[in-house]
Amino acid sequence: MSITWYLMVSALIFCIGVGGVLTRRNPLVILLCLELMLNAGNLALVAFSRAHGNQDGQIFALIVMVVAACEVAVGLGLIVALYRRRLPIDVDELRELQG
Amino acid sequence: MAEVFFFLAAIGAIAGAIGTVTLRNPFHSVLSLVCHLISLAALFLLLRAEFVAAAQVIVYAGAVMVLYVFVVAYVGGMEPTLAGGSGRGLKFVSAFFAIALFIELAIALIGSGLAGLDGDGAPYKTPFGEPSEVGRLFLTTYLVVFELASILLLIAAVGAVILARRRAGLAHPSEISVTDLFKRGDLTPGDAPGETMLEAGGRHPR
Repeated sequence: MSITWYLMVSALIFCIGVGGVLTRRNPLVILLCLELMLNAGNLALVAFSRAHGNQDGQIFALIVMVVAACEVAVGLGLIVALYRRRLPIDVDELRELQG
Repeated sequence: MAEVFFFLAAIGAIAGAIGTVTLRNPFHSVLSLVCHLISLAALFLLLRAEFVAAAQVIVYAGAVMVLYVFVVAYVGGMEPTLAGGSGRGLKFVSAFFAIALFIELAIALIGSGLAGLDGDGAPYKTPFGEPSEVGRLFLTTYLVVFELASILLLIAAVGAVILARRRAGLAHPSEISVTDLFKRGDLTPGDAPGETMLEAGGRHPR
């Protein structure tokens, strides 16, 4: 398979993730869509690493996984804290930070 | 043969992604994302990234998704707030922007005309993407990155515990502070009965 196919799949998944982040209002689902976007980036990195015959892209993908795991931990901690304070779990109603 | 596997995995990955975005129930979204991640691991295998594929299945589809399932089960029951609200026009506009982004990326990828992207990829030496090679790179060329990743994980774990820790009852939102943690004082019992994390969350909002 040509590498372009993998990159097209990666671009499609990334755009689905962007659409999800823009349309959904549940912070949990927004985090899931962020995961989609990070995974699309991972797929592109691994595809480029294959295109060059060089493994550095795979190291990069593994580091992205680490960062994604950190993001999930902090994001889910925030959601649990929101729930504990009985705040609405809806990004459209959590707008106190907008100044 | 590789083509068949590629299309199967790609269809699985895209269907999982669409399901994650469109399904109404967050729990179904999480399950759909698991499907997506496993298909993506198959794509990684096709790209000769064995270690990344294994890490994807174990870390992502295993550990991270279990975390999601727990939080969805804990928070759950918030679907009613998702109905109504922001206008449908806004959704169409955002969907339009996502599609426009895809078209732009497709033009950039197809029109790039890079010779390296057309073929099956460059020739590689035999231990390509195997754990031994990845480990060698991590401990030689990318040692600093490796150590920084461990520090980042530590910071994230501490941050998550601080954010989601059991507070004494429910303090006023203006009283949340990190310095609470470092004060020696005990957690005074709040009005919430029970000792577990779940019970300490106070009365349920519904």
